[in-house]
Amino acid sequence: MATTPVLPKLVGERVKRREDPRLIQGRGTYVDDVKVAGMRHLAFKRSDIAHGRITSIDTSAAEAMEGVEAVFTGAQIAALLAPMPIGTPFPSPEHRAVAVDVVRYAGEAVAVVAASDRYVARDAADAIVVNYEPLPVVVDTELAMTGKPVVIHEAFPNNLAVPLVPSGTGVTPDGKVDDSAVDRAFAQAEVVISQRMFNQRLVPNAMEPRGVVAHYEPGKNTMTIWSSTQNPHILRTMIAAMTGMGQDQVRAIAPEVGGGFGAKINIYPEEYVAAVVSKQLGLPVKWIEDRSEAFVATTHGRDIIAYVDIAANRDGRVLGLKMRLIADIGAYNMLLTAAIPTLTMLMANATYDIPAIRTTLTEVFTNKTPTDAYRGAGRPEATYFVERAMSMLAAELKMDPAELRRKNFIGRDKFPYQTQMGAVYDSGDYEKALDLALEKSGWKSLIAERDAARAEGRLVGLGLAMYVEVCGLGPSSSLPTGGWEHAQVTIERDGRISATTGASPHGQGNETTFAQMLADQFSIPFDHVTIVHGDTAVVKQGIGTFGSRSQAVGGTAIHLAGGKVKTKMAKFAAALLEAHEEDIVFADGRLSVKGVPAMGKTFAEVAAYAYVPVPLPPGLEPGLSDEAFFEPANNTYPFGCHISMLEIDKDTGEPRLLKFVAVDDAGNLVNPLIVEGQIHGGLAQGIGQAMIEEAVYNEDGQLLTGSFMDYAMPRAIDFPRFELHATVTPTPVNPLGAKGVGEAGTLGSTPSIVSAAVDALSGFGVKHLDMALRPEKLWRIIQGGQA
Amino acid sequence: MTRVSLTVNGKRRTGHVEPRTLLVHFLREQLNLTGTHVGCDTSQCGACNVLVDGRSAKSCTIFAVQADGSEVTTIEGLAEGDRLHPLQEAFWEEHGLQCGYCTPGMIMSSVNLLADNPAPTEHEIREGISGNFCRCTGYQHIVNAVARAARR
Repeated sequence: MATTPVLPKLVGERVKRREDPRLIQGRGTYVDDVKVAGMRHLAFKRSDIAHGRITSIDTSAAEAMEGVEAVFTGAQIAALLAPMPIGTPFPSPEHRAVAVDVVRYAGEAVAVVAASDRYVARDAADAIVVNYEPLPVVVDTELAMTGKPVVIHEAFPNNLAVPLVPSGTGVTPDGKVDDSAVDRAFAQAEVVISQRMFNQRLVPNAMEPRGVVAHYEPGKNTMTIWSSTQNPHILRTMIAAMTGMGQDQVRAIAPEVGGGFGAKINIYPEEYVAAVVSKQLGLPVKWIEDRSEAFVATTHGRDIIAYVDIAANRDGRVLGLKMRLIADIGAYNMLLTAAIPTLTMLMANATYDIPAIRTTLTEVFTNKTPTDAYRGAGRPEATYFVERAMSMLAAELKMDPAELRRKNFIGRDKFPYQTQMGAVYDSGDYEKALDLALEKSGWKSLIAERDAARAEGRLVGLGLAMYVEVCGLGPSSSLPTGGWEHAQVTIERDGRISATTGASPHGQGNETTFAQMLADQFSIPFDHVTIVHGDTAVVKQGIGTFGSRSQAVGGTAIHLAGGKVKTKMAKFAAALLEAHEEDIVFADGRLSVKGVPAMGKTFAEVAAYAYVPVPLPPGLEPGLSDEAFFEPANNTYPFGCHISMLEIDKDTGEPRLLKFVAVDDAGNLVNPLIVEGQIHGGLAQGIGQAMIEEAVYNEDGQLLTGSFMDYAMPRAIDFPRFELHATVTPTPVNPLGAKGVGEAGTLGSTPSIVSAAVDALSGFGVKHLDMALRPEKLWRIIQGGQA
Repeated sequence: MTRVSLTVNGKRRTGHVEPRTLLVHFLREQLNLTGTHVGCDTSQCGACNVLVDGRSAKSCTIFAVQADGSEVTTIEGLAEGDRLHPLQEAFWEEHGLQCGYCTPGMIMSSVNLLADNPAPTEHEIREGISGNFCRCTGYQHIVNAVARAARR
């Protein structure tokens, strides 16, 4: 006798987030909301010049101020703290958390104050007097490569952080380079397009600036550190190593975290300094970043030049691609800095079957804030360069940009697909995504609309871009931290479920999505599941949230740990019901015997039995709790197609986005509502980059866009309504079939929009435009100035 | 130190502050109302928005002493007991937040917006919340949330 299930299936549903009730009522606890008795406040004195030798530093006035506990110069911090560690295998110059002799970018810390409150700490920091002997400054990336006017780190001639790494066709793992295939492709080609492109420097600007509370307890010899971080377990590892403590003695907590976007992966000078100052003073200390500090002291993103050459036949078949990449990494290597542009190389194949590719990468030091991951981290750059080249090729060949792409796609029957760059794309159907985007945007009628607008003298353009990204990072071979994720699932005595995840969400909603999964897996109510994250004392192991990995890697770990517990619970139920384990069915909050629903026990009854197992079934231990470390065999490769329509005001040069249609394929989706939110956010950052955002330095190394008054943060009024659609191509890499979606929006949007602007200005002979599409730049072109 | 006395979320509150103490710091650090956030230091981002005498105001741009005698409403004072304010409800329904950091200020601005214009168009909503930055949502779900609350 079959009964109708009463519990809804939740995976795949638009479930409202359970994180929200606390956040919409102001009840979340962010790091600045943490208070510890006796806590002192830290403030940093920062360099106001971009390059100089410290000739004197006078802290006496600061030390004399009432409420000041201590002042530490760079030399004093250096006595407590080894140089900054990095997480990449590239050589790196010495980098002190607080500068000792030389400052190399404006904003670099030179001293730190601990005081009774934040106002006193700031006053004291301002009272420190530092004198510098100015050194020449270099901010131009390609000038820096000549070693002129200054070499920033002695051991790195010509400011080359990474001299030149080749990759692609004919490059062997031991670094031997055979250019013959690439040279042949270019020699045979009927058309070659060459273009210098610039993917500009950006400021991540999570709405919550960084912050840290470090609490060393001398009696216990333990350290608790709260930080606005994307990865508390990595923080714990690094803090332990840098304070000489064991990982068992350090507890790291990521409380509510107000956005990260890649910039809160890095473990920063201020986190290490807070830890050692707390240890030195035997007092808890708090540091909260001001926004103006965040602009210079939190890592920036992108800032990479590409010399792109694409070779093709007149029929549109692409034969070869060359991409010479020059990444400006600023003054120092941070945790992942040097690795980010390598992802640009890795994704040079894009969605195309390109027979021969040569990329080279050079990384350069300049007197700017260091770069590191920013949403997309290397992949939006690759997408931008290749897709712009494809659109330029389409324009040159007078081909429809969609048809040019279709002609060169990696076919849907070619997966898994080994690229020229060493990646193995897991699954894909690029033509399907393109077709859906063309259909949903009404591509043909958009062309007619554009042409009609042009006939009226309006400047309207269309842009189309494909993307594929590398997500679900990753196998342990691809991350110095290990590329797995951890989960523990516990069925409590009352039949409720507690689960921990090493993913550390800061807006991604995993408390909701992981609860949806477990509720379905055990067929119990959603409200009976609690997901805990962000505290290394509770969450035994973890890597963290970045690289669009939470669902694909963290979610799979939850699923696998749940599966282990479920198997054990079935054994307890079998013993209780005198049935075979394989005949136990989980449905509607009950465990019963297959085909005999009446013969069953409630979920809570079986749970209670597992904790008081009288009698204990042979071969079983009491309790229902198990863990999983999920190590994916490969990355995932989500993809999509973004189409935009843009109009440029003839009189003012102001561009306006009229329409934006995105098709994204992230594999199977757990919560489409949350997925939409992730895509919207990514689009806003991509569109922001294309249209308005840019970190601008003057030749003295001063960040001219150093506050929200100068840096163009996108506002609600800057966007049209985004139109989203999805294709679903599951990945075989994990049992969920989920690929990841956090960064997707930043990929297709920039080339789509720039191509639309170029299209709009094609009547002026424009072939390419560098971002951001500022009105002045467009206005000059319309007025007959240079492109 | 200067004595300030104001009504916050319907309760009389008194404190002693340095004249330079910002209202946001008084609320957060003396009254422990940490729902109001600080997102910048140039009055652009709106994370610190509260209602002062019924009008939305950036509490990082007002000294606590300037608010002496005022009536202040923060995000903690918006719900009536367990009953969420329609805007809070709508932000939840429409997934109008991700990290939640901008959310209290965004909701307080929206309260002001709907008080001035109970039936705003989409464009008016976008203009109305353009004094508030959100880096997570791309604003679309926030716009949906404000429109939903307006329909109530």
